[in-house]
Amino acid sequence: MAGLGTHKTVETSAGQLTYIQAIQSALRDEMERDESVIVLGEDVGAKGGVFKVTDGLQKLYGETRVIDTPLAESSIVGVAIGAALNGLKPVAEIQFADFIHPAFNQIVSEAAKMRYRSNGDWNVPMVIRAPFGGGVHGALYHSQSVEAFFAHVPGLKVVIPSTPYDAKGLLISAIRDPDPVLFFEHKKAYRMIKGEVPEGEDYSVPIGRARIAREGRHMSVFAYGLMVHYCVAAAEQMEEEGHSVEVVDLRTVRPLDRGAIIASVEKTGKALVAYEANRTGAVGAEVAAIIAEECFDHLDGPVVRIGGPDVPAMPFSPPMEDFFLPDTERILGAMRRLAAY
Amino acid sequence: MRVVKAEEAAQPSPQTQVEMYRVLLTARMTDERCWLLNRGGQAPFVISCQGQEGAQVGSVFALDRTQDWFAPYYRDLGVVMALGMTPEDILKSVMGRAGDPNSGGRQMPSHFSSRRLRIISQGSAVATQVLHAVGAALAARTRGESALAIAYVGEGGTSQGDFHEALNFASVHRLPVIFMVENNSYAISVPQNLQMAITDVADRASGYGMPGVVVDGQDVLEVYRVTREAADRARAGEGPTLIEAKTHRLTSHSSDDDQRVYREAGELAKAAKDDVIPRFRRQLLETGMIDDKQEKAMRSEIDAIIDAATEAAENAPYPEPEDTFLNVYSEGPPFPEDLGGGPRMREPE
Repeated sequence: MAGLGTHKTVETSAGQLTYIQAIQSALRDEMERDESVIVLGEDVGAKGGVFKVTDGLQKLYGETRVIDTPLAESSIVGVAIGAALNGLKPVAEIQFADFIHPAFNQIVSEAAKMRYRSNGDWNVPMVIRAPFGGGVHGALYHSQSVEAFFAHVPGLKVVIPSTPYDAKGLLISAIRDPDPVLFFEHKKAYRMIKGEVPEGEDYSVPIGRARIAREGRHMSVFAYGLMVHYCVAAAEQMEEEGHSVEVVDLRTVRPLDRGAIIASVEKTGKALVAYEANRTGAVGAEVAAIIAEECFDHLDGPVVRIGGPDVPAMPFSPPMEDFFLPDTERILGAMRRLAAY
Repeated sequence: MRVVKAEEAAQPSPQTQVEMYRVLLTARMTDERCWLLNRGGQAPFVISCQGQEGAQVGSVFALDRTQDWFAPYYRDLGVVMALGMTPEDILKSVMGRAGDPNSGGRQMPSHFSSRRLRIISQGSAVATQVLHAVGAALAARTRGESALAIAYVGEGGTSQGDFHEALNFASVHRLPVIFMVENNSYAISVPQNLQMAITDVADRASGYGMPGVVVDGQDVLEVYRVTREAADRARAGEGPTLIEAKTHRLTSHSSDDDQRVYREAGELAKAAKDDVIPRFRRQLLETGMIDDKQEKAMRSEIDAIIDAATEAAENAPYPEPEDTFLNVYSEGPPFPEDLGGGPRMREPE
């Protein structure tokens, strides 16, 4: 896995943090503020995580609050659920989103249903963090985008930030949320994306609310995670070509911010959804369905999806990896075709 | 709520033993009532505790019901009744009434839950609850409390990965957990020899670096004793224990099963002869803790309670259909469309 955990940290100016630094900062702040917050997962202790997200936390808060677990994902989540039922606020790390599947039953059958099946008697204030997404030579099992599996499940909240500001603010909200939150971090964004993050200020970003990443009038583009940045870059090119493109960063994919989706399409009349998960049955399909149901009278073109191809996962070899992952060029092509309607 | 501290002695007091018998009887008679209601068309589904109440009641009485954590499985009516759940609670659940404290009529019966009683809600996928007990124990220890957690699971559930992951995690971190396997020899129709290649589930304990204990699950006082020992170890920081209670399933798996298809009549008769209720009754009569007259009076008292509970449950309201939307998230249903509200379509002109 050489390369995955060893990206160089970019230089940042004061108030500027990388995406990963913002996540580290949220974890530190919440552990400092609330001693019921614990971190557990594989390699999160002495090593500080394979991406260094939990770097230094065990030194600060000890082995009882930063726990290296056996290599068994179902137990990481199942134990976190039990701890959450008994008053802790666990932040469980799944080393790669690709490895979350052994814990699927605990997440979907247990955490998601606990409040509902006990008629509100129990709740599971737990966060599951996992790096997801491709573009870092991670191949089939270190590149997956698994959010659609969980976005299908009522009882879960699924958050995917794209900027350092949102990464910190949303992780704080996730930790303070009384329900289970899946927090997917785009691993290519960790050290590539930097941005303004307020220092020493207690702020949070609400779960379930989208953000307009770039305002526009002629077309709405919906994305989350790394794709937001590619979409903004493509939108800037479109501007030069005379088309005003709005980019909406969904930020939460369950529950989706229907109001923001509808408002944007009612304004622009055209919609494109970009995501790197397999195209079929993904979050983009749900966004497209909302638009089809709610914005029919406003549409001035087909609702377009740009997704990863329907092959099992992202291959290793660079040409195949590049072919899989939607990029600015491909998104731009789709924007131009849609603009022509 | 009546508060009962674990007895200091390895043998419960005479008064406690009589109390244990009352809980055994209450669980058994409530269970029998559920079957009656099922036959009468008032209870769509029943899954039974019958035969296993000794392991259930004996273990709960050995623990601290004011602070310990319980992760039962669907046969553990004896566990939850020892913790304070009532026949009325159970019958409301069996009839799917709104007042069912386990789930408000959402879950199948016998999916027990009560935050007040520290009974962790369970689903139907077996053995998931074993990990929840480990997590609850971890939280208790993190706060420096002396509480422990106990997980109950059938021998079939021990085939699940979650069971093994739970034992491993608890042992690595020396957590205050008791794993109580109620081995009734059958997982629906699959006998133990097709479930595992060993005779005693307790043998698995050594692979995880913890003691494994086999106990006669029909011997209430012996279950009490070994559970007390495991609890003492847990509270002393010595880590988890695996207890295997050998027991019997006297009924079919559920009201949708007929065990005569896959079990010999002789085997069933033998299990019935080893039933914990007459056995514990004999024990109490022999030691003079109860006499025949008192025992009969106890039965009719419980019968009257269950009659009243049946009537109360029958008269209890169902949930409103729209209650289906409640308790998905803490916010209530803040995202009605997300919960199936559908599109804002215009009225046709």
